[in-house]
Amino acid sequence: MTSDRIVGIDLGTTNSLVAFMQGESPVVIPGDDGSNLVPSVVALDEKNQPVIGNAARASLISTPERAVYSIKRLMGRGLEDVREELKFSPFRLAEDLHAGEVLRIKLGEKDFTPPEISGLILRQLKRNAERFFGGPVTKAVITVPAYFNDAQRQATKDAGRIAGLEVLRLVNEPTAASLAYGLDQKQNGTVAVYDLGGGTFDISILKLHDGIFEVIATNGDTHLGGDDIDNLLITIALDDIQGDLGTDLRKNAEAVQAIRKAVIEAKIALSSQTSTKLEVELPGGGRYLREITREQFEKLIQPIIDRTVGPCKQALKDAGLKPEQIDEVVLVGGSTRIPKVRALVKELFHREPHTDLNPDEVVALGAAVQANILGGGSEATENMLLLDVTPLSLGIEVAGGVTDKIILRNSTIPASATQFYTTQVDGQANVAIHVLQGERELAKDCRSLARFDLKGIPAMAAGMARIEVRFLIDANGILHVSAREQRSGKEAEIEVQPSYGLTDEQVEGMILDSFDSAEEDFRQRQTIEARNEAATILAALDKGKKSSAWGQLTTDEKKKIAKFEKGLTAVKGEEDYQAIRKAIDLLNQGTMRLAELMMDGAVSTALKGKTMDEADMGEGPTAPHPVAKAEFE
Amino acid sequence: MNKTLTTIGSKPVPEGTQTCWSCGTMRATHFCEACGKVQPPAPVDYFKFFGLPWKLDLDLTALNRDFYELSRKLHPDLNARAESDEQEWSLQQTSQLNDAYRTLKDPIKRTEYLLKLEGVELEEQSKSATEQARATGQAKKQIVPPDLLEEVFELNVQLEELRMQKKMGEDDPALIEEIGRQKLELEEKQEALLEELKDRWKIWDGMIQREHNGQPVSDEERRQEREKMVDVLNRRNYIRNLVRDVSEVLEN
Repeated sequence: MTSDRIVGIDLGTTNSLVAFMQGESPVVIPGDDGSNLVPSVVALDEKNQPVIGNAARASLISTPERAVYSIKRLMGRGLEDVREELKFSPFRLAEDLHAGEVLRIKLGEKDFTPPEISGLILRQLKRNAERFFGGPVTKAVITVPAYFNDAQRQATKDAGRIAGLEVLRLVNEPTAASLAYGLDQKQNGTVAVYDLGGGTFDISILKLHDGIFEVIATNGDTHLGGDDIDNLLITIALDDIQGDLGTDLRKNAEAVQAIRKAVIEAKIALSSQTSTKLEVELPGGGRYLREITREQFEKLIQPIIDRTVGPCKQALKDAGLKPEQIDEVVLVGGSTRIPKVRALVKELFHREPHTDLNPDEVVALGAAVQANILGGGSEATENMLLLDVTPLSLGIEVAGGVTDKIILRNSTIPASATQFYTTQVDGQANVAIHVLQGERELAKDCRSLARFDLKGIPAMAAGMARIEVRFLIDANGILHVSAREQRSGKEAEIEVQPSYGLTDEQVEGMILDSFDSAEEDFRQRQTIEARNEAATILAALDKGKKSSAWGQLTTDEKKKIAKFEKGLTAVKGEEDYQAIRKAIDLLNQGTMRLAELMMDGAVSTALKGKTMDEADMGEGPTAPHPVAKAEFE
Repeated sequence: MNKTLTTIGSKPVPEGTQTCWSCGTMRATHFCEACGKVQPPAPVDYFKFFGLPWKLDLDLTALNRDFYELSRKLHPDLNARAESDEQEWSLQQTSQLNDAYRTLKDPIKRTEYLLKLEGVELEEQSKSATEQARATGQAKKQIVPPDLLEEVFELNVQLEELRMQKKMGEDDPALIEEIGRQKLELEEKQEALLEELKDRWKIWDGMIQREHNGQPVSDEERRQEREKMVDVLNRRNYIRNLVRDVSEVLEN
């Protein structure tokens, strides 16, 4: 049913994808340029209109102050966290930021929060899906790194809302990958998923049995990925250039981005070649040229990829397993194409990793599987169930600045814990609770999740109140808090100050902006596309009239075609895309025999919007594909 | 962050209501046997959640099996198209299921939980209490098992020595080896205490069984059995914490 259509989205650091379950297997939905990957790049054009994906990539070099990439690295983070990021990226922070506030970055003259940028990327994916289905898409499953904390997850959900999507579930990326793998392999066993993407690293260990995908342990580093490898090479290039040519190009954004592009190309080349050239046209003339061998590259990146070893060993320890007890290692993320990374994985787990699945697409495909399960499941997924865990311990700050852990890491979610609080002072009406995430002993070393104020506690003598506070981590890995004063039975009001997060009101404000224009945009796009198709079919008809097949039609048929052609010509300039589509359908019907005759005549002209391929698409669109591929003789 | 969820008590199921809200059949604790609909969560203890008596020697295979079966019925992912009330119940039930499973699966947690149900406050020897004590300079509340007094004292002296050495950047392999050896001994003691605990389980379970059979069990007997288990747990906890302290010094 169209209303139940739920898509799966991989919102990646470097690339994003949208996929859905088509029959027995998940497929990626391509963009209008035919490509499956949408680069997670957002830029503003001269008219301050957002441009997303491949179209935005050129802006990175030409107008870097109007473009941004790898925004995922800023999601759910504060000022103090991102100082490292700022060294190499053209991220420009808004001037008036305070610590503890949501970040805002500048694109041109405008300010955006990271969820808004991610929202733009999600909206692009939403549009790709809508174009594909020929109808609205409002529900999605979105993946996040397993090691994302509460603030990062909430920011992702906010981004979904801003894009006009109801996020039914956040799924951890390695778990999603295991779904795609499990659907493919249909075997029981213990699987390790090693996910090294553009900005984040996750390692998850799962037990697969009878359709149940049970995460046993997970670990990672949300600050480690291909971007770090790029940045290392960029530094070396900048140092080289400074040494050779005497110029320090660090502040020159165009130069840095040009170098970045070349560095990425070189990195990719070295996965299949043993040496390559790093070549950059420098602004203001001059060229930087350096030969780099795979050996040199591997030596350089060793410290970076070594950082994945610790989390892997900890995950195995938490799982109570030795490497030999792992049946399969699945690789996820573009960075796992690097031969040295594969070698490291082989050494860690004492086996060759499983590389049959496309490391760029497997997460989106898994998200589509989960979307299918949430939508009620199908034959392929009827026995499947995900049992995931929370990656970080949840704690409360207690006297002495110490963390009291109330839900331990790797607890299966949903999970809860109950704590009891009381008042210190007679008549005290509020109690403050500071919630943290992390494994460290001291509160200051953990991640501040939020401060809760329990308000409206009935007036009592000090120590008399017995407030039961319940902490619940839901299936998305997000925390909910509820509280009740037990003696009076009164539910305490909870005011939340999220650290680094947007309030509900702020998100609402952002949605309305995007949503209104999204509705309008959708309508406008439909009109444009309908008009394009009208023009195409009328042009094809003109050619058809000049063909030998035309002569084979009866007078009646020609009269009918003339009538429908007139009808379409009359409406094609209008705003009402539904009227245009109706007229296109009529003309399609009227010219069916003409089309057949032309095809018989060994001429391959598609007058109809539906090509043979699309007709076999099963759950695909029932309406003619808006982007008709017509071939002319 | 999200708004508060309604608490369990806000949608009360009146006492004596045993029928499914959806199809009217006699309800199971969690989901209706007839129509499969998730039921509002009931405030039951973890043993009752799994339909088990307050006995400590559990059939873990059965527990695992029940856990997966209940997950398939209750999980939010499989109830995502239900009405919002049902979805909330699903979330609450599954959270209780996971909490119950996690607690009952582990022998120590299971024992501690049962004792808590029986009204016992276990002595807390958490590491954070240790740190806090260190930070504030106050004495940490703890009871050293009498049979370990001398050993513990000796070990603590050695640990201090090793800590000092490491601070200075020195290294005494003999000391490290000795401490390592003692750690192994302690770990063996830990294992032995777990076995002792399991022996106590059998006695406890026998007592509960007698109760079920209608033979009265005196408060005094009950209290004594509890005390014995508390004692074993405390001794084992103490050693576990000691092993952890030793590991930390050895590894850093």
